[in-house]
Amino acid sequence: MQPAVSVKDLKIAYGDHTVIEKLSIDIAPREFLVLLGPSGCGKSTLLNAIAGLQDITDGEMWISGKNVTWDEPKDRGIGMVFQSYALYPRMTVRKNLSFGLRVAGLPKAEIDARIARTASLLHLDTLLDRRPSELSGGQRQRVAIGRALVREVDVFLFDEPLSNLDAKLRNELRVEIKKLHQSLGNTMIYVTHDQVEALTLADRIAVMKDGVIQQFATPSEIYHRPANLFVAGFIGAPAMNFIEGRIVVDTGTPIFESNGLKINLSGYPLLTSFKAGPATLGIRPEHLAPDGAERGWPTIPGTVSVVEPMGADTVIWFDWAGDSLSSRVMGDVTFVPNTRIAPGLDIAKASLFDADGVRL
Amino acid sequence: MATLHARGPKPSRLTIGRIGLYAFLILAALFFLLPLYTMLVTSLKTMEEIRQGRIFAVPEIIGFNAWKTAWSGACMGTQCLGVRIGFWNSVKITVPAVAISVFIGAINGYALSFWRPRGSGLLFGLLMAGGLIPYQIFLYPLVRLLANLSLYNSVAGVVLVHVIFGLPLVTLLFRNYFMAIPEELCKAARVDGAGFWRIFLEIMLPMSVPMVVVASIFQFTGIWNDFLIGLVFAGRDNLPMTVQLNNIVNTTMGERAYNVNMAATILTAVVPLAIYFFSGRWFVRGVAAGAVKG
Amino acid sequence: MQARRRRSPAATIALLPTWIAAIFIYIGTMVWSVRLSFTDSTIFPSSNYVGFAQYAKLFRTSRWLASLENVLIFGVLYVAGCLALGFVLAASLDRKVRFEAVFRTIFLYPYAMSFVVTGLVWQWMLNPTFGIQASVRALGWQSFVFDWIVSRDMAIYTVVFAGVWQGAGLVMVIALSGMRAIGEEQWKAAQIDGIPVWRIYLSIVLPQLGPALAASGMLLSMGVIKTYDLVVALTGGGPGNATEVPAKFIMDNLFERQNLGLASAGATVLVLSVIMAVVPFRYALSMRARRRGAH
Repeated sequence: MQPAVSVKDLKIAYGDHTVIEKLSIDIAPREFLVLLGPSGCGKSTLLNAIAGLQDITDGEMWISGKNVTWDEPKDRGIGMVFQSYALYPRMTVRKNLSFGLRVAGLPKAEIDARIARTASLLHLDTLLDRRPSELSGGQRQRVAIGRALVREVDVFLFDEPLSNLDAKLRNELRVEIKKLHQSLGNTMIYVTHDQVEALTLADRIAVMKDGVIQQFATPSEIYHRPANLFVAGFIGAPAMNFIEGRIVVDTGTPIFESNGLKINLSGYPLLTSFKAGPATLGIRPEHLAPDGAERGWPTIPGTVSVVEPMGADTVIWFDWAGDSLSSRVMGDVTFVPNTRIAPGLDIAKASLFDADGVRL
Repeated sequence: MATLHARGPKPSRLTIGRIGLYAFLILAALFFLLPLYTMLVTSLKTMEEIRQGRIFAVPEIIGFNAWKTAWSGACMGTQCLGVRIGFWNSVKITVPAVAISVFIGAINGYALSFWRPRGSGLLFGLLMAGGLIPYQIFLYPLVRLLANLSLYNSVAGVVLVHVIFGLPLVTLLFRNYFMAIPEELCKAARVDGAGFWRIFLEIMLPMSVPMVVVASIFQFTGIWNDFLIGLVFAGRDNLPMTVQLNNIVNTTMGERAYNVNMAATILTAVVPLAIYFFSGRWFVRGVAAGAVKG
Repeated sequence: MQARRRRSPAATIALLPTWIAAIFIYIGTMVWSVRLSFTDSTIFPSSNYVGFAQYAKLFRTSRWLASLENVLIFGVLYVAGCLALGFVLAASLDRKVRFEAVFRTIFLYPYAMSFVVTGLVWQWMLNPTFGIQASVRALGWQSFVFDWIVSRDMAIYTVVFAGVWQGAGLVMVIALSGMRAIGEEQWKAAQIDGIPVWRIYLSIVLPQLGPALAASGMLLSMGVIKTYDLVVALTGGGPGNATEVPAKFIMDNLFERQNLGLASAGATVLVLSVIMAVVPFRYALSMRARRRGAH
């Protein structure tokens, strides 16, 4: 099936400084794609390039089967929602929604119909005659989304739309956006630095760093089988535990060694092959269980330093060989600082990275 | 569209819009530069050339005679001593007036924003209202007042009047500037034991150097370019350059020496123009600061 | 805010000179002048109170009436011209042009010149015998006429011309800084909506510049009422009364025609008109601020 949006060999450079180099990505129709990464990774630049708001140095942009590389933003069949809402301050909500349509010359009846549809979808009916300054942050963001919706296009772009809202509003609107996608079904490309938004909203996530896509997969895949050290460390809170050591293969069974720790790698979901040499073992806190020894898992003996009860679960920080590792346990448990602890490690859920940080 | 495959950066076409934009800007620039050019060119010509009536033509021979005459020989009535006199009068008036009014304005702004003694609101309101009122209503009583103080027709009198009429603007500029400085700074200094004047001279004034520059530029331009106050209060011996210039050009009998007139005009405009060209950013900042008080 | 209010004799003393100026000069001389307007003073102040006689005489004087008409025409055209030209210049410079700083310098330099200089230069350029008219004729158009400056009907427009030449730069600076304050994202949204650039300036940028332009308009209007130097230098009030303005009428009667009472009456009328213009404006501003604060 033809992708809804296709980026081919994109390059964006300013003089000597290259922001994005030979980036290609295909976004399926009706997909909710999230571009995730830290500040400066190029995700907003990529989004703006797709929108036609950013000049590109090389490459092609295809939307809905059409080559839009040289097209104006208005001709690309896209709608966009911005972080700062970007509503026209002196116009009412109704005028904000209809301005683009009026300029395009749409008949009044059609404009009114579209506004009615969008307003009811986003619960803006009672707000149509208010000015942006008279609206709350959440209402403003809904109007911003509405402005994109009235265009009745195929692809919607979101540039960190929830970053300006407080935590409670962010959670509410996040759910609304997901419901919107479920009911409308349009292709949506969403930029954020917040991994919770990414994991909850996305059909697929493209994790970016320094202008390069590190991994492009479903949230589950990215969470459980991160492609490299960066992705592994970026997703997950508290972050994944990393233990540096060596892989030794001479006795037939591959063993991970570090500071006296010897872990049998037999149950590890291998991607490529065990390369002898320096490696990093990654294990998420929830896969380090204090009762792991009873299940026959290899253990890491350490000393409890801090216990963080979080309500639904508890995070236990413990010291081992100079490192601070974390283990996450369901429910309320009591662990006392400065006591010994030896959580067990579930090798089937672990991640192994070679000396270059690539998953093995 | 058929032959060209869209890839990479959009081919930049010099659109009609862009050409039109630059055409407009260049035309506007010519409109604004025209008087300056005309002044210059006329002042360099001889009277015979001027009588030919081609005002925009480049001078055939470039001569500075008109300038020399304007500076030291232009006639105002029976006196033919040139604008040189007016120049030095303007300097004698402007420099002290700027220094005093900026200093007082700084003190006012400082007192009104950090200390706010009783009646501050009223005083500020009075000043702002006073700044809007046309000078004419103050003039005659002010003349009588200065005459009683033996300051009428003197440089000191003109300076005093300039300082008084400059108070609203400089006070506003400095008050707004100091309002942006957190008052914790003043409080900390008072806890350290410093008083009103010490805090002003050792902390606030040094911090307000940018505004001192802006206010000085603004005041200098305004006072140097002033006509009315110099006309009324300076007296025949202390006329500033602007008044002298007008007398030379507009009250001469017989045929006018247009080239001398234009040379004298340039000489009068040269000082504030020079300040403008060299201070660029500061000037703009002053305009914005003074105007956006709304 | 209450914390700032502290007993400090030093502050009160520091403000004393300004208090003296405010009370004795600003208020005191104004009261004296108003008082004069009710007397029959001519060369010297007199104590004969004649009620509103001077005002009646004022409004029977054709020169005064002409000056009022002129200042109104000039005012409206000057303010409108400066605002329009300033806005258009600012919009043009906002388009990311090369040499923006150069253009900006060129558009603003007239503001650094004295009104006298402006008036004299324009007087020279508009001179029918040696100026623009002569120049164009010399180029071949023998019947070209541009003698506005000596025409009773058109002279006032020369003052408008010279005034806009000098004042547009000010509006440009204010408008440009207002335009720069409009977030980049609004521009992006408008691009996606497909709004053409000129429409963006008209429907989105201009409304947001409202307060800034209104403030500029106020500032320019204040200048209009005070107009004196420009007229004296450009036309001397002529031909006849064609470019007479109230400020000049007052000055002439104060110092040359020795008509203190009449001049003071004129000055009082001028002050009243300023008050009448400013007060509603301030009221409207504070009303809007109060309304906004309520949300």
